[in-house]
Amino acid sequence: METVNATYSYLTNMEVMQVLQKIKSTKKKFGLRNLATVTYEALQYLEESPCKTQTREGIISYVKDLANYRLKSHEVLQMVNDPPTSPLHTQLLIDDNKSPLTDEENEKIIQLTYKHFYGVEPTPQPAQAQPQSAAKESKRAEQKQSQPPAAPQTEGQAEPEKEKPDEANK
Amino acid sequence: MFVLAELKDTVRIAPDQFNLQLVDAVRDEIDRKLANKVLLNVGLCIALKEIVSLQDSIILPGDGASHTEVLFRYIVFRPMVGTVMTGKIRNCSREGVHVTMGFFDDILIPHAALQHPSRFDEAEQAWVWEYPLEDGAKHDLFMDVGEPIKFRVSREIFEETSPVGPPKTDAQSTQGPSTSTAAATAAQETKTPYKIIGAINESGLGVLSWWDQQGKEDYQDDEDNAEYDNDEDGEGACEE
Repeated sequence: METVNATYSYLTNMEVMQVLQKIKSTKKKFGLRNLATVTYEALQYLEESPCKTQTREGIISYVKDLANYRLKSHEVLQMVNDPPTSPLHTQLLIDDNKSPLTDEENEKIIQLTYKHFYGVEPTPQPAQAQPQSAAKESKRAEQKQSQPPAAPQTEGQAEPEKEKPDEANK
Repeated sequence: MFVLAELKDTVRIAPDQFNLQLVDAVRDEIDRKLANKVLLNVGLCIALKEIVSLQDSIILPGDGASHTEVLFRYIVFRPMVGTVMTGKIRNCSREGVHVTMGFFDDILIPHAALQHPSRFDEAEQAWVWEYPLEDGAKHDLFMDVGEPIKFRVSREIFEETSPVGPPKTDAQSTQGPSTSTAAATAAQETKTPYKIIGAINESGLGVLSWWDQQGKEDYQDDEDNAEYDNDEDGEGACEE
């Protein structure tokens, strides 16, 4: 086997999840046990991560909005895979040694997370009571209702998230 | 976390599969060969994404099967060094905390890269972060099995291993290339083909529940931490 290019391109978790879901839904062949194992385990992981509620359009518009912040592409990729929901989280993902992010910029980035991913869970805890339905659009209503009982977040972020969904509608 | 790797290989299609479309037969063969296996310096192969091109299929003398050279792109798990990922704690040992992603097990956070200061509790077999509070007292934060943990990838180690034989039974796990099974077998010394070394010695990293309150480091008025205060027998952070 020859490796032509070990890193031909990067993939977002959502794209991988979609490919794996397609594989899972097609035939079950004998002798492909390894594929079934790794597909199942990887899907289990991905479906617990923020990418479960992401859509192609959501990610594209998120990336466009992030263009204002002069981020490197690997930082943007990390933010798509794990959208920051707190200033600390943002600082982890973005290397701000050269030009530190101001608090205001940090806040704006967090707002973008809520705007594009419609109130993604504040921390990706496994057994949270959020009923993650597979529908891509119009689950904002469920997200809004199940937000209050979830782990307490800073007040400033819980409210704008409720107002945003309608104006962010395509 | 995932990368698309472009690979080229000659795929052998046995005559009993000639009834299939070439594309489908090739796809199955490639998956049969690569899924859940580690390729040296490439990563853990997950699934085939697309076939780019197929050369002509040829038949070699003495073998009834057809051989086709295929250029394809495969989804590979290979986090970039410096990526922040979330996994679950598999277990703790003296050398550090072992983390698993579900589909990938060989992630170690060595004790030097844990939050400072940390100690290993022999009774619990768990690492504990002794979080210093302002008044000089210490707050013990346990790292229990099953806890989701956020860590940064600091190194990746690829090692050459010898090929694995055909799988004997279901129960007998294959060693070497297939990484979703445990690495160590008592009889032989096995090398893990792909290891990730992580670190959690930064604000925001570590067990997720430590940073639940949006990054506030003082837990004084936080009810969640009442669980940790009397956590003598390390029941740990059961959030639910």
